Amino acid sequence: MQAQATTNGFISGLWQNEINVRDFIQQNYKPYDGDEAFLAPATERTKKIWAKLNELFLEERKKGILDVSLVPSSITAHAAGYIDRANEVIVGLQTEAPLKRAIIPNGGFRLVASALKTYGYAVDPHVTEAFTKYRKTHNDAVFDAYTAEVRRCRSSHILTGLPDAYGRGRIIGDYRRVALYGVDRLIAVKKKEKSDLDAEMSMDAIIRDREELAEQIRALGELKEMAKLYGFDISVPAQTAKEAVQWLYFGYLAAVKEQNGAAMSLGRTSTFLDIYFERDIAAGLITESEAQEIIDDFVIKLRIVRFLRTPEYDELFAGDPTWVTESIGGMGDDGRTLVTKSSFRFLQTLYNLGPAPEPNLTIWYSPRAPDAFRKFTAKVAIDTSAIQFENDEIMRRAWGDDGAIACCVSPMLVGKQMQFFGARANMAKCLLYAINGGRDEVSGDQVGPVFEPVKGDYLVADDVLKKFEKMMDWLARVYVNAMNIIHYMHDKYAYERIEMALHDYAPLRTMAFGMAGLSVVADSLSAMRYSRVRVVRDETGLINDYEIEGEYPQFGNNDNRVDQLASWVVSTFMKKLRQHPTYRNAMHTQSILTITSNVVYGKATGNTPDGRRKGEPFAPGANPMYGREKHGIHASAASVAKIPYRDAADGISLTETLIPYGLGRVAEDRVDNLTAMMDAFFGTTGFHMNINVLNRDTLMDAMDHPEKYPNLTIRVSGYAVNFVRLTREQQMDVLARTFHGT
Amino acid sequence: MPEETNQPSLEAKSPFELRVDMGRHVPEDDVRAALATGDLGFVHSFTTGSAVDGPGIRVVVWLTGCQFHCVYCHNPDTWKMTNGIPVTVERAKEQLSKYRHGLKTMKGGLTVSGGEPLMQHKFVLKLFDMARAMGVHTALDSNGYLGSRLSDSDLQRFDLVLLDLKAFTPELHRRLTGQDVGPVHDFARRLAAEKRPIWVRFVLVPGWTDDPDEVARIAGFAATLGNVERVDVLPFHQMGAYKWERLAMDYKLAGVQPPSVETVERACAQFRAVGLKAY
Repeated sequence: MQAQATTNGFISGLWQNEINVRDFIQQNYKPYDGDEAFLAPATERTKKIWAKLNELFLEERKKGILDVSLVPSSITAHAAGYIDRANEVIVGLQTEAPLKRAIIPNGGFRLVASALKTYGYAVDPHVTEAFTKYRKTHNDAVFDAYTAEVRRCRSSHILTGLPDAYGRGRIIGDYRRVALYGVDRLIAVKKKEKSDLDAEMSMDAIIRDREELAEQIRALGELKEMAKLYGFDISVPAQTAKEAVQWLYFGYLAAVKEQNGAAMSLGRTSTFLDIYFERDIAAGLITESEAQEIIDDFVIKLRIVRFLRTPEYDELFAGDPTWVTESIGGMGDDGRTLVTKSSFRFLQTLYNLGPAPEPNLTIWYSPRAPDAFRKFTAKVAIDTSAIQFENDEIMRRAWGDDGAIACCVSPMLVGKQMQFFGARANMAKCLLYAINGGRDEVSGDQVGPVFEPVKGDYLVADDVLKKFEKMMDWLARVYVNAMNIIHYMHDKYAYERIEMALHDYAPLRTMAFGMAGLSVVADSLSAMRYSRVRVVRDETGLINDYEIEGEYPQFGNNDNRVDQLASWVVSTFMKKLRQHPTYRNAMHTQSILTITSNVVYGKATGNTPDGRRKGEPFAPGANPMYGREKHGIHASAASVAKIPYRDAADGISLTETLIPYGLGRVAEDRVDNLTAMMDAFFGTTGFHMNINVLNRDTLMDAMDHPEKYPNLTIRVSGYAVNFVRLTREQQMDVLARTFHGT
Repeated sequence: MPEETNQPSLEAKSPFELRVDMGRHVPEDDVRAALATGDLGFVHSFTTGSAVDGPGIRVVVWLTGCQFHCVYCHNPDTWKMTNGIPVTVERAKEQLSKYRHGLKTMKGGLTVSGGEPLMQHKFVLKLFDMARAMGVHTALDSNGYLGSRLSDSDLQRFDLVLLDLKAFTPELHRRLTGQDVGPVHDFARRLAAEKRPIWVRFVLVPGWTDDPDEVARIAGFAATLGNVERVDVLPFHQMGAYKWERLAMDYKLAGVQPPSVETVERACAQFRAVGLKAY
């Protein structure tokens, strides 16, 4: 059958009869297997806008925040804002001025008040009155329903980072729908979904669904209003590439005006947008340079998304992250690559605007993706360290080929799936509670249930494992309990109206639990099994230190004796989580991810039986502990790749730090070698790799702040050395030989 | 409980550990027997993920024992064979087999380095046979001095030689390494005659090997061979200095600065001038 072109130049399909962005993409996109030669540099206009913002960034860094609006934010609360009205290609800001933050008290008023105070602003008394007297917040509500046990676990840091005082995030609206369908069509569909519920008996779940749909419809109306403030009518579909980007961005902008989510990810937009770009370029409407300019300007907007947060929050998450994650590349179910020219154009922004952590450009890596694309991503990683890689093969098989990453490693189908973000359990502490019969190793308080502590002078592996499982049973129960309360209240008091309006009705919900300290626990269990661990008690009988006699196999060396212990911990805890019912029947998942909070969790955790000292950081995510990988990156990555995805379906994070020289002596070798390494890792069960290829500035920083880089390894032919242990002269030598000619 | 627990761990305390006397408890007769059969070898350490020891991403194993005592050596703890850990071919196979598929994907392989691997040539050949049986590419990183230990058919048992050319002038070579250069050149010519590919490694040490005439002589020699696929000019570094100090050995290069970028580039250009690919 011959497919027909619609009036807009698009091939028709299911997408016209229903909300189905994936079908639109499949019918219309052009896979690209060429290289990056076609890309255009930044235009003078782009450079000018970016320079203007750079001045503001300086000021912002000096003051902590540039400015803040004291009006509680909503989709339409602020007037239109511009950076440079006459020269912007894509418009829209969170408030009426760039980098001026908004307050979003629905999540929690206390956090807003404390952040304002920190930066020297007074809260508008009317706002205080509204959010303390008339409008309950998510934060207040959660604490109304917390059990005493949850509170204890929260303050002892065995459960940490719970989204009970801020927006949970990790929900991705399908912002593409705004461009493809226009808002009126989306409203009509939502109205239909709502009226379809009229036949149902009004009980809790149905009443909630109806109310949520009503809110979604209202939010879509506000979205149109907001666009109107900028002079656009987005009730109808976007007509051009530029409009498609603008419409899509308005959708996203409404979300970040309404929600201060821990991660406000963008989804998977580049290949969708490519359809418009290629059509317009083919029709002679725009040039490559203009296409790049539109994407550059869009990315500039994504780079200046800001939320008002407290310094404590920033300590936990290191910096001021927003996780505007954009998923790029991957393969389609039919075997065609989803890489398009616009996949390249998004990556090109890192050259046109310079490297930046946001938006969080995430490559869905498949060894089957075109050579030129894989090599280009390796080159970008080496040049900028600003992108991360995740396994397209695993995620596509699990969820389908229109998924996106929320935050760092959490895959979900765009518009069809959302998650209840679950922070993480401190598994190292759980092990210590097992050893001490529920007493906290730092405070000595009885936080967990009173179980029998370890007796005798040595840890006996089988005895501790039994105790550990019992303690995991308890922790899993408290954890699910806490999550159910948090997400019940978040839905009730801080519902993501616009993000959920850009989802199908009744999406698949996951409840994404998390685990910190995996390698500490695996190594501790290995120490008990393969060497002898003598315990040291304080005067109250609390075991607070350990002496290891002999050597034991350590996680990160591709040694099954310990790697299997790590997998056991992950699968066992997952099994225990699954035993408890979840709010809205969400599917239990788990991530092995900490990014940077491993430092904070380590701070709150006493000495551990693996030899780690009290307060020392955990390794990030699923990484082996610092300095315990003895056999290089292939071995350590192989250990991490053994963690079973089926029991960690919310993602398994590995961070690797390399210097360019470690990837090869010359630039071409480096690109080839990094591509080869990723082909190998993602060709097996490796899930995620964050690759930091250090630049000169980072190495200079490591010279001045060695404490920040305890495990930075420098390889030269036939030799490996720890960078921070070199003398300054030697470090200068490394610097010289690594970066000459760049 | 796995049987390995009684063997010395292949894992150093840190990847940068100085290793001394790990094989001391092995009786001398056993050492001799091991060298005679090649079933057991002395290993300093091994690593994975190396991108700078031959093509692709490789597993590198460093053997102990070296008859050169190069003044700039960055691993002097590999000179004495009994500083290494006794490892059977069987045990090495267990380790390597964990990486075989990855090595193929990464167009890498196994590089045997040292020390001087040919001090334990029978063990090395068995390692290579074992690796090749798995389909893993093999490279020998050698100073070439003991090349005569390998028969012509032995030369077919590995895929690539990373040949360290330390110096050309006999007197300088002796001063630099303590040994004659003749056997090294003989080995290089034999490899050429057998059409076995070579990557030359040349360490550029200021005041010792950076004389343009000397570099030209080495380049000239390499160019006449006809089987040199690539030359790696490795700038001398001081990162091994602490090992000399800890071993209480007399380090002649204390205070010597690494070569300048210009000097390295000049040396590369000299190799390129005679038609070689040099980095």
